[in-house]
Amino acid sequence: MRRSLKRGLGRGAFYALLCVILIYTVFPFYWAIVSSLKSGSALFSVEAWPSAPQWDNYIAVFREQPFGRNILNSVAVSVSTVALSLALAVAAAYALGRVQFRGRTPLLFVVLGVSMFPQIAVLTGMFELIRWLGLYNNLLALTLSYLIFTLPFTVWVLTTFMRELPKELEEAAIVDGAGSLTIVTHVFMPLMGPALVTTGLLAFIAAWNEFLFALTFTLSSEMRTVPVAIALISGASTHELPWGNIMAASVIVTVPLIALVLVFQRRIVSGLTAGAVKG
Amino acid sequence: MTGVGATPISRLRRQRIRSAWLFLAPMLVVLAMVAGWPLARTVWLGFTDATFGAADRAQWVGLNNYVYLLQDPDWWGAVWNTVLFAGASVALETVLGLAIALSLNARFGGRGALRAAILIPWAIPTVVSAQMWSWMFNDVFGVINHVFLGLGLVDQPIAWTASPDTALLAIILVDVWKTTPFMALLLLAGLQMLPRECYESARVDGVHPVRVFFRVTLPLLKPALTVAVIFRLLDALRIFDLVYVMSGNNRDTMSMSVYARQQIIDFQDAGYGSAAATLIFMIIALFTAAYLTLARVGREA
Repeated sequence: MRRSLKRGLGRGAFYALLCVILIYTVFPFYWAIVSSLKSGSALFSVEAWPSAPQWDNYIAVFREQPFGRNILNSVAVSVSTVALSLALAVAAAYALGRVQFRGRTPLLFVVLGVSMFPQIAVLTGMFELIRWLGLYNNLLALTLSYLIFTLPFTVWVLTTFMRELPKELEEAAIVDGAGSLTIVTHVFMPLMGPALVTTGLLAFIAAWNEFLFALTFTLSSEMRTVPVAIALISGASTHELPWGNIMAASVIVTVPLIALVLVFQRRIVSGLTAGAVKG
Repeated sequence: MTGVGATPISRLRRQRIRSAWLFLAPMLVVLAMVAGWPLARTVWLGFTDATFGAADRAQWVGLNNYVYLLQDPDWWGAVWNTVLFAGASVALETVLGLAIALSLNARFGGRGALRAAILIPWAIPTVVSAQMWSWMFNDVFGVINHVFLGLGLVDQPIAWTASPDTALLAIILVDVWKTTPFMALLLLAGLQMLPRECYESARVDGVHPVRVFFRVTLPLLKPALTVAVIFRLLDALRIFDLVYVMSGNNRDTMSMSVYARQQIIDFQDAGYGSAAATLIFMIIALFTAAYLTLARVGREA
């Protein structure tokens, strides 16, 4: 009797702990959604759900600044960064993962080393390069500079993946007289779908969230990406930030991301742990 | 016959190596352009008095920038803030992450849903997290002060992000919220690789669960824990976005990266700011070297 009571209490405490974890992780975003639906003075009263939900903030975000344009900028930059990194990384991963040659291990260490670079360490040189290329306040500057953190990561993960594919596949293709390009595009690419989705997704999230370069290499509000736009939203007066608008903008850019993460949950977890544990 | 047989194979090998380099070339060119060259330029400019207005007229000034830097109390303030931030947030993340990982490692209904839920803070862009929490921390209308006042924990609202005493704490709390899931998932992956036999024999012997944790789980988890902590420390030492969005160039919370960027971009002092950036790079390179050595030692063991 006492034992089952003790076990029951233990279970209750465990479920209470799980509830605390759930509230801790989910509440801030829930609160952002609630706040984004309150307009006017309702924003300043604390209630768990707005008594009269309104979309005013969502309309205001698009009316008061080029937020639609900012979203398009972010999509363009992130998609082009992912496409470029994957194309460059697949080719490099074939060489690093499948071919024995001298200098392979040092090269892998260089790639790993670059992934540890703090972005601030290249800021001056990158700024200079971008101005020299005439790309200041241009989205291409962001695509180019984002490769510094997406490329090492994609190369590393895809190399690990390619190394584990069976040798026989390639041997059969070589016997048939296939060249390296054919082997990559016809033998390996079809097998790499899952790895490409995982690394591509993680690179997309990294590019979508980047702030330092986006803040520094763009000037006009039309050229801003979403994180910069949200960080720099200001209201009519400098003292009062339009919190309703900020929360609406935050919800707009976060909902697709959360959907993506929840759909690809397992892949992301395996990608993250592969990048960190094997790295 | 052997000679004839060897030639095509070694030719094939040579051909493969040549095409390997051809495949590597684009990646190497891009990395040299976006990483190697800018880093070299930054290090070089750190020894000059370059400004962005007239970078071509930069004069070599030797170690002067570094001498000034090491005498600047603001730089040391930034170093201290960064160290405090990194130490406190990584320590809290590790403890919380471990607690969450252990909970998720147990079997219960809805485990998959909870694991998905803890990914949410990780998926939210840092800038958005910073704004969401700034709103919750708002001194007059924030929900946190509302709850604290309601529970009687404080007599009057706290100006979380504005007051120098609490601003860094607020930033640390947001970082902990955002990165604990990452930590928890890494540690969960580590926990799931632990051998089951140890636990079964411990259960048969009737060892208390707390003892099992300290005697079995923690020692076995140590490699995964070390990797995760170093990984997070490297990240925390270069923190920029969270600090910048939550309190701008404020001296009380400024991190090393915020300091360097202010010098380079806001003050256009490319030479001096580059010296600071180079120093940050060296600090992080030191940590990275330690990490790589540890990883190699771990793999050999």
